[in-house]
Amino acid sequence: MTDPAIAAYGLRKSYGDRTVLDGIDLTVPEGTIFSLLGPNGAGKTTAVKILSTLVSPDPDSGPIRIGGHDLATHAQDARAAIGVTGQFSAVDGLITGEENMLLMADLHHLPRAEGQRVVAGLLERFDLTAAAGKPASTYSGGMKRRLDIAMTLVGGPRIIFLDEPTTGLDPRSRHTMWGIIRELVTDGATVFLTTQYLEEADELADRIAVLHDGRIAAEGTAGELKRLVPGGHVRLRFTDPAAYRSAAAVLDGAARDDEALALRLPSDGGQRDLRSVLDRLDAAGVEADELTVHTPDLDDVFFTLTGGVVPDRPKENVR
Amino acid sequence: MSSLPLAMRDSSTMLRRNLLHARRYPSLTLNLLLTPVMLLLLFVYVFGDTMSAGIGGGDRSAYLAYILPGILLMTIGSTVIGTAVSVSTDMNEGIIARFRTMAIHRGSILFGHVVGSVLQTVGSLVLVGAVGVAMGFRSSGAGVLEWLAAFGLLVLVTLAFTWIAVGMGLSSPNAEAASNNAMPLILLPLISSAFVPLDSMPGWFRPIAEYQPFTPAIETLRGLLLGTEIGNNGWITLAWCLALTVLGHRWSKARFDRDPE
Repeated sequence: MTDPAIAAYGLRKSYGDRTVLDGIDLTVPEGTIFSLLGPNGAGKTTAVKILSTLVSPDPDSGPIRIGGHDLATHAQDARAAIGVTGQFSAVDGLITGEENMLLMADLHHLPRAEGQRVVAGLLERFDLTAAAGKPASTYSGGMKRRLDIAMTLVGGPRIIFLDEPTTGLDPRSRHTMWGIIRELVTDGATVFLTTQYLEEADELADRIAVLHDGRIAAEGTAGELKRLVPGGHVRLRFTDPAAYRSAAAVLDGAARDDEALALRLPSDGGQRDLRSVLDRLDAAGVEADELTVHTPDLDDVFFTLTGGVVPDRPKENVR
Repeated sequence: MSSLPLAMRDSSTMLRRNLLHARRYPSLTLNLLLTPVMLLLLFVYVFGDTMSAGIGGGDRSAYLAYILPGILLMTIGSTVIGTAVSVSTDMNEGIIARFRTMAIHRGSILFGHVVGSVLQTVGSLVLVGAVGVAMGFRSSGAGVLEWLAAFGLLVLVTLAFTWIAVGMGLSSPNAEAASNNAMPLILLPLISSAFVPLDSMPGWFRPIAEYQPFTPAIETLRGLLLGTEIGNNGWITLAWCLALTVLGHRWSKARFDRDPE
């Protein structure tokens, strides 16, 4: 098996004179999670639509191979290898969850008994057994998304496309979804995931590509990308001006904000880094009133990768 | 699996899905059934005495016999509006995008809609026909063969207009637009020979009524059920059905094969 699960070269797509994808290369080895990261309108959904055979790329695009099958000549073979969960729920709202699942089993040509067994197993696994007899249109957002993924898995796809699977979900459903996605790869599948959250890509993906204006701005592991991005820092705030001054004296390299009585130290937000800061404060007998850790987020990634400057925004991720 | 059994299997799966929709949500079809039934009751029991004078004498039951063929064809026009609406609604559902990324027979999605719609329309025709019979409609001189021919004619017309409606549904951005676009299908029977004979219409209007698909179909159905002169109308109807079916099929397929938005 030398073929990667997904291989696309010079992928292009434009609608009229608006270029959505301007020649991107993607290679995803089997059994890994790959994340395409980008803001709304970056072209993530278009990339998924093309790779999943829903829309065709521009004629001057390079070859695309999915599961070793050329999309231009063997789209139907590629379709047999993939499963897709789009950004907008791909369930039939008029029929029940179980009927949706059995519909998938029929379309995958599973024998009746096997179809029922697979469906029952997936409904159980995705915690949908109790709601199986209700119309899918009555499901909550998280349930619809789970049903959507369960339907995708009926045929046992080797390559799974998930387009923003957690957008619009509450934090609990999001964590459930992350667990589900991790399970998929332990079963040997390849996952192609799009997201606008750096945190999500960081949690799940083996490799991340940042899509910006239809081009890949950077590609690498989460760690590699974060190293490209300055902007991680620790912010210490004091109420006592004396404490503030002595802290500033101990922590060299800290940027001072005399008005707010705040110090800002470059940091990767790691445990070791934080401990060294705290140790130095302890040694000087100073106590900060507030400590916040700012980690680079998607905005920082973009400002860095697209040649802008990281703006000094008041936004902080409090941990 | 070779491709023919695959196509058949997927098509029957899609048909089952469409029939399930129709069974769960029969209100659309039943609402559309109201129009022809109301018109039938109105024209026979309220306008019947006056209208029957216009077709050369006779009483209400003569007028019932005169308009029932037209009402049956109007039932087809009315029911396929529902087809256009449900196709348009369905195409906006994410599930269709899912079907497009699956290794299934592509034509099966439209096939399910078309066959499902034809079956629903036939059901509607039986209901409206039963209302007519309950009101006193009796065929004159029609044997089993004529009844079968009449049934076959109605099915062919249904198939033709269903394909047109599917094309309309695929070309409409939403359900409201689909409903508006399909409106002519219920208006055309009103300006045919359904309610009054062609020669009672003003001369300038007659060609409009004459050269449209419903008039020859109505005349053929009258001939089969009531023994009136059919003439060329049978062949003209078959030609219309064939042309509309081919046109609707080509149009629908071209629309469906386009990349979705």
